[in-house]
Amino acid sequence: MSVAKPNPHDSGPSHVSGVARYTDDMPLADPVHLAFGLSSSAHAKLVLVNLDAVRAADGVIEVLTAADLPAENDVSPSAHDEPMLAVDTVHFVGQPIFLVVATSHRAARLAVQLGSIQYEDLPALLTIDDAMAADSKFEELMLFQNGDADSAMASSDNQIEGSMEIGGQEHFYLEGQAASAQPNEGDVLVHSSTQHPTEIQHKVAEALGVPMNAVRVETRRMGGGFGGKESQGNSLAVACAVVAMRLNRPAKMRYDRDDDMIITGKRHDFRIKYKAGFDNNGRLQSVIFEQFAKCGWALDLSLPVADRAMLHADNAYYLPNVRILSHRLKTNTVSNTAFRGFGGPQGIIGIERVLDHIAYDLGLDPLDVRRVNFYGEGRDVTPYHMTVEDNITPELVDELVETSDYIARRTQIAEFNKTSPILKRGISLTPVKFGISFTLTHLNQAGALVHVYSDGSIHLNHGGTEMGQGLFTKVAQVAAEVFGVGLDMVKITATDTAKVPNTSATAASSGADLNGMACKAACETIRERLKDFAAQQWQTTPEKIIFRDGMVQVGETLVSFAELAAAAYGGRVQLSATGFYKTPKIKWDRLAGKGRPFLYFSYGAAVTEVVIDTLTGENRILRSDILHDVGRSLNPALDIGQIEGAYVQGAGWLTTEELVWDDKGKHLTHAPSTYKIPACSDRPKEFNVNLWERGENVEDTIYKSKAVGEPPFNLGISAFLALSDAVASCGDVYPDMDAPATAERVLKTVDMEKGIAW
Amino acid sequence: MGQIRFLLNGDEVVLDNPNPTETLLDFLRENRKLTGTKEGCNEGDCGACTVSVAALEGGRLTHRALNACILFLPQLHGKSVRTVEGVSAPDGRLHPVQKAMVEFHGSQCGFCTPGFIMSMYTAHRDGRQDFDDVLAGNLCRCTGYAPIIRAAEAAAKEPQPDWLTDEADRLKAMAGGDITLDGAFLPATVDSFADWYAENPDATIVGGATDLGLWVTKLMRNLLPTVFVHRLEGMQQIEVTDEGIRIGAGVTVARVRGAVVDRYADFAEMLRRYGSVQVRNSATIGGNIANGSPIGDGPPALIALGATLTLRRGSERREILLEDFFVAYGKQDRQAGEFVESLFIPNQPDTLACYKISKRFDQDISAVCGCFNITVENGTVTAARIAFGGMAATPHRASHVEAALVGQPWTESTMNTASEAFAQDFTPLTDVRGSAEYRLRTAKNLLRRYFHESASPLTETRIVGRGAA
Repeated sequence: MSVAKPNPHDSGPSHVSGVARYTDDMPLADPVHLAFGLSSSAHAKLVLVNLDAVRAADGVIEVLTAADLPAENDVSPSAHDEPMLAVDTVHFVGQPIFLVVATSHRAARLAVQLGSIQYEDLPALLTIDDAMAADSKFEELMLFQNGDADSAMASSDNQIEGSMEIGGQEHFYLEGQAASAQPNEGDVLVHSSTQHPTEIQHKVAEALGVPMNAVRVETRRMGGGFGGKESQGNSLAVACAVVAMRLNRPAKMRYDRDDDMIITGKRHDFRIKYKAGFDNNGRLQSVIFEQFAKCGWALDLSLPVADRAMLHADNAYYLPNVRILSHRLKTNTVSNTAFRGFGGPQGIIGIERVLDHIAYDLGLDPLDVRRVNFYGEGRDVTPYHMTVEDNITPELVDELVETSDYIARRTQIAEFNKTSPILKRGISLTPVKFGISFTLTHLNQAGALVHVYSDGSIHLNHGGTEMGQGLFTKVAQVAAEVFGVGLDMVKITATDTAKVPNTSATAASSGADLNGMACKAACETIRERLKDFAAQQWQTTPEKIIFRDGMVQVGETLVSFAELAAAAYGGRVQLSATGFYKTPKIKWDRLAGKGRPFLYFSYGAAVTEVVIDTLTGENRILRSDILHDVGRSLNPALDIGQIEGAYVQGAGWLTTEELVWDDKGKHLTHAPSTYKIPACSDRPKEFNVNLWERGENVEDTIYKSKAVGEPPFNLGISAFLALSDAVASCGDVYPDMDAPATAERVLKTVDMEKGIAW
Repeated sequence: MGQIRFLLNGDEVVLDNPNPTETLLDFLRENRKLTGTKEGCNEGDCGACTVSVAALEGGRLTHRALNACILFLPQLHGKSVRTVEGVSAPDGRLHPVQKAMVEFHGSQCGFCTPGFIMSMYTAHRDGRQDFDDVLAGNLCRCTGYAPIIRAAEAAAKEPQPDWLTDEADRLKAMAGGDITLDGAFLPATVDSFADWYAENPDATIVGGATDLGLWVTKLMRNLLPTVFVHRLEGMQQIEVTDEGIRIGAGVTVARVRGAVVDRYADFAEMLRRYGSVQVRNSATIGGNIANGSPIGDGPPALIALGATLTLRRGSERREILLEDFFVAYGKQDRQAGEFVESLFIPNQPDTLACYKISKRFDQDISAVCGCFNITVENGTVTAARIAFGGMAATPHRASHVEAALVGQPWTESTMNTASEAFAQDFTPLTDVRGSAEYRLRTAKNLLRRYFHESASPLTETRIVGRGAA
């Protein structure tokens, strides 16, 4: 067996010795270096753009504005509303206006500071309130509903209402955005740190006015993506390609970290207003959510992000009467984009907040309130009218409650809080049910290309990209499994638009599901050919041929895989094949809010215990226990790695990671000195992560595994609600804390509990 | 023109008149095509560019993890740089930390990995196992750190590989005297520095460059002419006398921590959270003071301890109270051509508490840094030195609070009354690290914390570091 093994990441040895190459590490012959000159106004007409001093700066070769571009000036992945270089008007602080081409990266960065730009400021919409007041939206109000929320609310036993602000999140991939382009006899070869090589190919072709077949994009690996390289790399790749073709010389570009954090989109900040009606056990009778998504200045991927927030407003709970409204707000801020979870986490934290609020209102353990609301028999239809067929939340949570000793610890924490004057503890258990499939149905397809050489070595290529998640390792395990050979026989190669065309972004946690299946199809095609050939050669039948441990049992004969490959080549058997996969069963009408957008759900749950300091708001995660369902794991080590990393990233989103803008729309937290992702000691002191042993996908996925990239991100919500639980011990009102729960916000909420006004 | 010499993965590099503010990271990646060392943030906050630098300190070879992105080439003279490409055996065998990182799944995207490897390599060489501190300056966005810690713990059990060599003799041979480059002077003695600087008072003094590095990489400023003080052993001494401790301005924050840990435990605890290992290994205490930042963590603690500064111009010296050095924002009591030579901490009983409040515990700039040194005799406050960073344009004493305490009984009521005086002492600003309200509210509460700690175990108030449960 090659699948289900904890193989290390295929690039591990090259990572640790520094030989793994990233986009900016590629050797290029005498490249030019690029940098963007950025807008300092959030919304303005460009009155005068004087770039004389930029052109005169040391090392500058040329300076381009929109007028210099050869064809399309657009880097949008969706609505053609995102010029790479601003034309007439700028829409956020940080929007690229001009492009400097220089002899070095530093020369380009020095030169961009010298632009003299006169702005005529226009009114800037910077907040959710600004956009609501101006009715500035990308789309009409969206609505999902089931049952009759209003009458059920009116007749419900108890009601609560509230509102929560949820901050955005910077991806902080350690490798910033980077690209390069090399001219090649009128065509162009692009290297890009991207989750979506086909999109890069598409945008570069548009920008050059050439067909897609004139553009080849290659991506071996990214230094982290997290959704931030689904569309945000377009500008750099297009800029490099345009310049490379203009000058007939290689061009490269990387954003300095500050530029990266100023220019590129982030997780959408949200406001969620809620109203809930419930019985005396806390069981929901009606819920109304109103979600406000701050999308920024351009559309990018905001519609499907906001859709997914709606699609996760139920999380693991049955909402019998429900209305979910969604505002997609257009503002003069950076265009928010994909980020692990893609709106799902914002939807989930809404319902988790509601259940906590209900528990507080009724004086119940929030776990009990969650349990009475889980999906179950006869309570299995989502707000978007899909039946949940694979629900395992109740049993998974039962097991975690046991293994984490939740009940006893809740009592111990209450005791601790009674006697501890300054430090208070809190605990929370939250589950996740995460829908797997792109909600834009046609994206659920993938291709692979597999060659078997005459020495038995295997060349593997597929449309997925490697950003650290271990996709290449998992897919190679699939290939090795089909051929019954060791992983060392499979050569993993860079994603390449010339090998597998028309790929979808490696996103939506779908990488292994889609590309694993495509790879399997390709390998099986070759294996069947080999079987047919061997059956003929050794006078047996194909079903008596078994591929195992690098050998092939052909009836009574045992040959090595390499010998069979050599013989098959001699027998003129085609040893190369493509594979293709499209996700079955899914069907989705987003405007109606009805259908089956997901093939299946991934499940998990976490218990987090925290401590807060009621004098300063400082806080710490003391212990986290996670039980997560990855179906039958393709690679338990990689899956646990995804879960641990996602949890810490999710907890970071809701605690220390605070994005701050000033009242002119200028981003103030554009470097790691001011934007604080979790550091080493911020991981839970005690961190118990387990895979759900009984896990098995009810759907026919790749070896019955489940997607893992995004779902566990949502488990970080338990850290936020544990902080809220600790704060609640300080007084007698529900601590309706906004996110992120920085030390300041925790202290402010503690003081509210104590009746101290700020 | 002069040249600088250093070892790079064992090979000697000789650079004739290099650009004095070229960073080691750019040199490695662009000049030497050693692209294993990564640029993550270019400001010393992420650690992806970490290298291990061996140097002779007082004749002894030390190994320090440093951020290559804010390390200028002249700072390397006479030292040995090791990058991620230079830690495995010549025959390709992996170093124990490399091996463990693969086996324990410590790399995912791999981009931060070279930096982690170099921090772990350096710690392994030194036998350090306080991994939360050792790795606080290396950010990882993929793993959540758990597998990296597992790898570090596993590697710690492995012996030093046999291919590591002692480069002390080779480094001794490189030291030499004063070096002059285009735009830079690298004096070899304090006297030589003092004379030169008196003549060239407009030059930028470069100590550890953990702040000046950003002036180059982020503010895109030209620092020339520069004078590099890292070779001045005379300013790197720590002297313990009957009266107190004298610390040379060129002593790194890492060494200051070692010098105060047995005397002022909370000062050492605060320095544990000052920057990161990489930053503390480079940053000097003199730079932390002379920089004049309102948010540096060293000055509030030192003011609370009543530290004095020795300032020197040419051969003239004068001594002032540290608190008098900070005149206004961006303005210090330092004359043209004068520099901070050393500081002195008078001996006293350890009643100091240092509270560093920041969004993240490790490697974060303080929103508020409150340092309290209150003497209580027979139930009455007889002396109080309370100093804060982050509350005003300079590090500053809370003199109204002190006045409200001194002579009063050390009671909750005194403390409550005194805490109200913070509003007279400080009118803090709102910025990305915290609002004015938060800062003032926290300052008051920190006096409460100090009061509580004067009678109760630290486990009741501390959630990290010293005294935490």
